[in-house]
Amino acid sequence: MDNKVPQLNIVGFLCNWCSYAGADMTGLGRNTYPSNIKVIRIPCTGRMDPMMIIEAFHNGADGVLVSGCHPGDCHYTEGNYYWRRRYPHLKSLLEHFGIDKRRFHASWVSASEGKKFAEVVKKVTAEVKDWRDNG
Amino acid sequence: MARIGVFVCHCGTNIAGVVDVTRVAKYAGSLPGVKVAVDYKFMCSDPGQNTIIDAIKKYGLDRLVVSACSPRMHEATFRRTAERAGINPYMVEMANIREHVAWVHSDDKELATQKAMKLMEMAVAKVRRSEALSKMFAPIEKRALVIGGGIAGIQAALDIAGAGYKVLLVEKEPSIGGRMAQLDKTFPTLDCSACILTPKMVAAAQDPNITLLTYAEVTEVCGFVGQFEVKIKKKAKSVNSKCIGCGVCTTKCPSKKALSEFDEKLAPRKAIYTPFPQAVPNVPVIDRTACTFFLTGKCKICEKVCPTGAIDYTQQDEFIKEKFGAVVVATGFDIYDHSNYGEYGYGEIKDVITGLQFERLISSTGPTAGHVTRPSDHREVKNVVFIQCVGSRDEAKKRPYCSRVCCMYTAKQAMLLKDHYPETQAYVFYIDIRSAGKNYEEFVQRAQNEYGVLYLRGRVSKIYERANKLLVKGADTLSGAQVEIEADLVVLANGFEPKKGAKEFAQLFHMSSDQYGFYNELHPKLAPVETAISGVFVAGCCQSPKDIPDTVAMASATAAKVCALFAKEKLEVEPLIAGVNQLTCSGCETCYNVCPYSAIEMKDKEVKRGEVRHVAEVLESVCKGCGACVGACYSKAVDLKGFTDRQVLDQVETATAPITDN
Repeated sequence: MDNKVPQLNIVGFLCNWCSYAGADMTGLGRNTYPSNIKVIRIPCTGRMDPMMIIEAFHNGADGVLVSGCHPGDCHYTEGNYYWRRRYPHLKSLLEHFGIDKRRFHASWVSASEGKKFAEVVKKVTAEVKDWRDNG
Repeated sequence: MARIGVFVCHCGTNIAGVVDVTRVAKYAGSLPGVKVAVDYKFMCSDPGQNTIIDAIKKYGLDRLVVSACSPRMHEATFRRTAERAGINPYMVEMANIREHVAWVHSDDKELATQKAMKLMEMAVAKVRRSEALSKMFAPIEKRALVIGGGIAGIQAALDIAGAGYKVLLVEKEPSIGGRMAQLDKTFPTLDCSACILTPKMVAAAQDPNITLLTYAEVTEVCGFVGQFEVKIKKKAKSVNSKCIGCGVCTTKCPSKKALSEFDEKLAPRKAIYTPFPQAVPNVPVIDRTACTFFLTGKCKICEKVCPTGAIDYTQQDEFIKEKFGAVVVATGFDIYDHSNYGEYGYGEIKDVITGLQFERLISSTGPTAGHVTRPSDHREVKNVVFIQCVGSRDEAKKRPYCSRVCCMYTAKQAMLLKDHYPETQAYVFYIDIRSAGKNYEEFVQRAQNEYGVLYLRGRVSKIYERANKLLVKGADTLSGAQVEIEADLVVLANGFEPKKGAKEFAQLFHMSSDQYGFYNELHPKLAPVETAISGVFVAGCCQSPKDIPDTVAMASATAAKVCALFAKEKLEVEPLIAGVNQLTCSGCETCYNVCPYSAIEMKDKEVKRGEVRHVAEVLESVCKGCGACVGACYSKAVDLKGFTDRQVLDQVETATAPITDN
């Protein structure tokens, strides 16, 4: 997809050890992706308080992505498992509140998966754009 | 009121080539609390850091935002800068406008600039809420664990021990020595591998600071730098410490079922065995899957012939748990298995062998005592075809990387063949010759010019068996001709791949691996032996394919890192940990249950005068700052320093607000 999608705001929460490093790797490999995502570094997806995501939507974010280490690879052993359990609950809850499911995403991106991070962002941006354009 | 300074880095043209850095700085200057905003070519350089220090003094700043590269790269640098100017190092935030903006949004400079402004603004929002934190210290267990007893592990252990620290060297196999012990000679000097390796093996065994633990595996790891707690499984050797290594048991053992791993399955080995005669320690082990006694309940010949009564069939696997301050991972590699190369016979043609098998064939300690004969019918060979890049530089086999040593070892093997049998002819099919290294190119030239090895640039399309010969069909792309060679033996230059089980092993330490399974170093250039896990270092081919000199250099580098760590009295640790507000804590114990480090203690405590309640408390020296407790707390009583709820929410708020740039 085209990397230029104006007026679309996506907040990304990336864990420090895998996905943030993976996003750094995307840069090192000069892979491009749409610039709508603004990344917030967190130590671990286990630190994700659902309030942060709700607050992002509340403030007008069009989309939210949370990305962490692959299951089994968490720097802190099990933080991503907590997130993995929280995510589907929060997703269905948000849907219930009227937040379209195309707006909220989670992914696993490791520190070496620079290309994958670019793909994830492209896919997330496309879905959020689809929601905005087609309802 | 906060007094913030914003420093925008050009990173040469890395950032400034895409992002309008002056506009970012100008926008920063308009934000509340920002007293000064400047841009500079290289913020991390000496003059760059001095710019920051001067600004701190001139404007009385109390917190900084550096808009530059990834905080994973230079956060520590700028924290030290702040410290030098008298600001608390934790009052520094970075906005990553290189890896997350300039390098990934180079296709639209306007959007990139807007995003850079936004990320900077988010960092400003976060730093406004930063608090001064004081450094914390933790004790260091000054004892190192080296995992893997190949040349990398041996070298690392010797160097650490040489500095006066205790080392435990753990090896999975019954003997240390690793892959290097399997080699006949080494390039580019053609000196014998055993002659340079075995003295080191002996030195490791005799060093009073090194404890050898062979036939043992690491099964569990917890803790962190300075305080790793490691569970090690000592596999049952079925031979106890009375063994004097006389070898009678091995000679008399009637079982010949198992194939020798050391000889790359070219020869059988006994059920009670040492992998090779120069094994260290020279103590045999019983392979229970092959031993007649363990399979049928009868035999016990080894017990009968043992002069010291060292055979113990009742031995069990034993687990030990020990503490270490640092770990060197040197777990090595496996040879690529060519059974999915149809053109080379799916690994089913007996006389198509791997390079490592050739090493065993030509080695005087090998199964044929150094005679290069065909595995199928033991005839001597005349024509030998070497094929390069098997499982290397092959996108179709998901092995696009170069294994780095195959060009060299093929040249070496072709020369050794000619040395042993002057009447033979060696042919080498290659893609490119990669001979970067001291005296390497000269070595390959010697193979061609002095030894008459015939190099053919091209790939082999098929190997047939015909009339006791192997017909090798390929192309010589330089002459444009199709080539057909009648060979007696085909030697494949199998590349390197990660050790089987490398991924599971990485998970023990939570190390990350690359897409193939080789372990990731912390930084490809500036931290090549560190990993993302503080206190865990990598050496040798578990990180990427490399030759012996590079492996030894890397091993010594890990030793230097371990020694530098151990030379400190106490370990400085990040104070980015959780803290409980006991006034709002409801004592529900959720945090206590989710903490992966058992860093939360529940206490009955007088939180207000006259009010004793059941509340959580963080054990500061144990907490690693993952924030699992923060995410789980129902009453918002736990918070994480450096990533507080308030900070993250302010970042969220800023991220979603429009840019007010005129």
